[in-house]
Amino acid sequence: MSSVASNSAEPVIRCENVFKIFGDNAKRMLQESGGVVDAAKFQENGCIVGVNNASFEVHQGELLIIMGLSGSGKSTLLRCISRLTQSTAGNIYIDGEDITSLNNRKLIQLRRNKMGMVFQSFALLPHKTVLENIAFPLQVKGVSTQDSIKRASEMVELVSLSGRENYFPRELSGGQQQRVGIARSLAIEPDIWFLDEPFSALDPLIRKEMQDEFLRLQGVLSKTILFVTHDFDEALRLADRIAIMKDGIIEQLDTPANIVLNPATEYVRKFTEEVPREKVLKIESVMDPVDTTAGATDLQVSKDAVIETVAELILTAGKPVSVVDSTGEVVGTVHASKVVNVLFGGRSAQQAGTPL
Amino acid sequence: MIDALRERKFLQFILLVIVFILMCMFVPATDGSWLWRLPPLFANFPVWINDSVDYLMFDWWLVDVYDPDIEEYEKQPVMRQITRGVSGFVLFMIEFVREIILGGVKTIVTFTGWDWATENQWARWPGLPWTVVAAGAMILGYALSGTGLALFAGFTFIYIAVFGQWEPSMQTLSFVLIAAPTAIFIGLVFGVLGYKSKVVETILNPILNVAQIMPHFSYLIPVMVFFGIGDHAGAIATIIFATPPMVRLTILGLKKVPPEVKEAGLMSGCTDWQLLRRVLIPTARRDILIGVNQVIMQCLAMVVIASLIGAKGLGNDLLIALNRLRIGLALEIGICIVLIAIVLDRLSLAWANKQTDYFADQSFKERHKHFIWFLIAFGIGVVVAWIGSFIFKEGFNYLYLVPHNKGITTGPFWQAGVDWLWDTFFYTLKGFNEWFIVDVLIPVKNAFLGMPVIATFTLAMGTGFIVGGIRSALIVGGYLLFIALTEWWDRALITSYLMTMAVIISGFIGIVMGTLCAQHPTSSKILLTWCDTFQTFPSFIYLIPVMMLFGVTDTSVLIAIVVYATIPAARYTVVGLQSVPEALHDAGSMSGVNRFQRWVSIELPLSFPHMALGINQTVVFALAMVVIGALIGTDDLGQLILGSLSDRQGVGNGLVLGFCVAFIGLAIDQILRTWADKRKEALGIE
Repeated sequence: MSSVASNSAEPVIRCENVFKIFGDNAKRMLQESGGVVDAAKFQENGCIVGVNNASFEVHQGELLIIMGLSGSGKSTLLRCISRLTQSTAGNIYIDGEDITSLNNRKLIQLRRNKMGMVFQSFALLPHKTVLENIAFPLQVKGVSTQDSIKRASEMVELVSLSGRENYFPRELSGGQQQRVGIARSLAIEPDIWFLDEPFSALDPLIRKEMQDEFLRLQGVLSKTILFVTHDFDEALRLADRIAIMKDGIIEQLDTPANIVLNPATEYVRKFTEEVPREKVLKIESVMDPVDTTAGATDLQVSKDAVIETVAELILTAGKPVSVVDSTGEVVGTVHASKVVNVLFGGRSAQQAGTPL
Repeated sequence: MIDALRERKFLQFILLVIVFILMCMFVPATDGSWLWRLPPLFANFPVWINDSVDYLMFDWWLVDVYDPDIEEYEKQPVMRQITRGVSGFVLFMIEFVREIILGGVKTIVTFTGWDWATENQWARWPGLPWTVVAAGAMILGYALSGTGLALFAGFTFIYIAVFGQWEPSMQTLSFVLIAAPTAIFIGLVFGVLGYKSKVVETILNPILNVAQIMPHFSYLIPVMVFFGIGDHAGAIATIIFATPPMVRLTILGLKKVPPEVKEAGLMSGCTDWQLLRRVLIPTARRDILIGVNQVIMQCLAMVVIASLIGAKGLGNDLLIALNRLRIGLALEIGICIVLIAIVLDRLSLAWANKQTDYFADQSFKERHKHFIWFLIAFGIGVVVAWIGSFIFKEGFNYLYLVPHNKGITTGPFWQAGVDWLWDTFFYTLKGFNEWFIVDVLIPVKNAFLGMPVIATFTLAMGTGFIVGGIRSALIVGGYLLFIALTEWWDRALITSYLMTMAVIISGFIGIVMGTLCAQHPTSSKILLTWCDTFQTFPSFIYLIPVMMLFGVTDTSVLIAIVVYATIPAARYTVVGLQSVPEALHDAGSMSGVNRFQRWVSIELPLSFPHMALGINQTVVFALAMVVIGALIGTDDLGQLILGSLSDRQGVGNGLVLGFCVAFIGLAIDQILRTWADKRKEALGIE
């Protein structure tokens, strides 16, 4: 996972105080409330709060996951940003341009050139073959049949579906259908990639496989990604940063490690309680400053490595292990005791306190 | 006691019935009493309609029109010009298709003129030999479904040709081939508009509701006034009648498109038109094509009725045969209509269920193989017909066209059968008929006519209130009030009596039959297939066999209604019972119920809402048939509608009478549907 490099550059997506409230007199009620929205009070008046004052930025090449249970407003937020639904208030900037006020023609241009989206239920066109489905966004755009089919064939290869070009969606398994969905969303080479619970409808084994596939693709393509899921494990596995939503409010927006280590609210803490620390924390978070006296081994681990993946190595080394950054320079030392603490510490203490 | 009443709807209903009976007993039947009959305040309503129609047709917005006969400009009402234009266009299209199949000169005349056509005798379109049409139908059947449908389509067309019904059949077919696509197109447009705009849908909904229950006849009269009589008028009436289901199914299909598919289209950057054309309509393809199927069925149902205002073809011949009591001939023509209906039904269903195939990797010959086959069949057919002209030197070339009355006919056979039935069972049939009329029908009819208007309102509105609260009560009351204020309340009661009798009998037979058949997958499948087939029969056909047995009486009409209206009752029962989840069967079995207990305590309560909808359909079917029954003589609303057909001032009467029939249906629909919806909600089933 790439770390966020550019803080200085203009963010690709910037949301400022975005609200989405469903209901007939939503706009008026929002104005009267003066920007402080109480969901319960709105509901009494027949309005349902979908997104409540969301502000955040997503940078070039970053993978932001919006995590929440059903009804938390995560899909609504995603749809506000892709403007499949019109937000009630607030501004959404894409590459510095406010899209909430785009007219229909410009919106279509934006979608044709910059956006791609993957859906939970795959949403393939039932009357088109794999190839035609993938070529569809190109053809809508006006690309010639020949060119669009050529490009679609490349995409088929990218998502490893070669040989099934002329199948219909009904003839494919769920995982294969979602590969088509992914290929379709990438066909126009979008800058921004929206994924709405892309793997939720799949069996656990297939889901794991697709997550790996997704990471592989992201490694190659480095898109700016908004990814919605209700699966916290998935979020931890994939995300650069996670936004946790509840009742339309973003409870916390941070890196996986920070969310696990410092949950901002009670709600977030409940989520993180059961999460195995070693699956989230990186070596960086348990390393000590470089210690030349301890006589470290010649073993080295990356500071970005997740603890789980290198735990065995460190524990069997017998001595502290050097930590290096991406350029290979030694930046710290990690002691086995710290790793043991992460692996067993927190939880055994908790369990000891719990009567059987 | 009061609390118990509030809880128990059943008790409320019993109480209501007691009040109803008391009212029937104690309200005196005196003329002028508002409790007995309401005054006909709406009696002038039909006259207003007539006056406005007349104004629209003859006085509204006069424009100068050039009249070539007197070579001068004349003032003409614009409406007249519009309807004339439409009539001319529709007529031209029908003639055009008709002449492709049957040959003729009118299309050529349209573009050149009679003088030219008389001078150039060679300029005649010869028409297709019947062999080519039959082969075309077979190839189409094969392309859409396979060998089975191909054989059936082939059989149908050969049957038609061999039995000498080719000409009227092709007239009917050409009529359907114009009416159906027009209705489909209009329906599609309105369906899309209804889907796109909430306002349009809200406006369309009540119109569609009324239009689907309005008796067929009611459409004829206004059409006749605006468009005159002839093939085009028949086609226009048919189009008006056949469009509503298309609109309905288009809206339904488009609404069923998964929201994510629509979003996928939007995110691909579709414009509105691209979204509709390339995403929504193809995804809703199946529902829309079911709509197409419905349109075709409605068109065929109108074949006989449209002939009342001058549509040529099988329907016309059938009416004439029935009027002359030539039952054998009528039966043969009826079979032709039924066969055409089934073939078109199966073809359009096959089209709906056919998945799109992928063509890109096929050669030109592969892709167009069906068309190439047709060209070959065309060639062979023409050659055969040419050879035929040498064989049949005298008179008619049977390999080209089997003329009317020159085919085989089984008419005498059926006639003999009917005669034999009459000779053998005359006393039995007559006895049954008389007993049924004197001891069953007339007493019930009198009972209906003996209801004071206040009692009818109490019963109907009370039931509405118990089922759906004050809203339902008011809706039902509104429908009844309209009927009560016209001068036809008594006729409406007669219609209701026939309908009620039929619905009770049909409902009973349908539910029993459906329940029995639902016990086994094979038998339920057979029953559903039967229902499908019988439903494709144009309703008029049902009158033929009963007339054979019972002549022109209420008994005939009632039996025809019962046969026709049993179809939905049986179908919905089977479907309802099938929809009971398997897990509940298992749960019942594990609780140790036997089959009958399971039926009573599990299946019946769960499928009852479904059955109620079936009864609702039964009502609709029965009403449609009651009115058609008027063609062979009843004294209800239908008879009056039929009467207003031949009345110059009939538009208003016909329409108001039509509304009366529709409102009876809608009142019952309101109660049954509300009840079924509430039950479904309570049971948590879809």
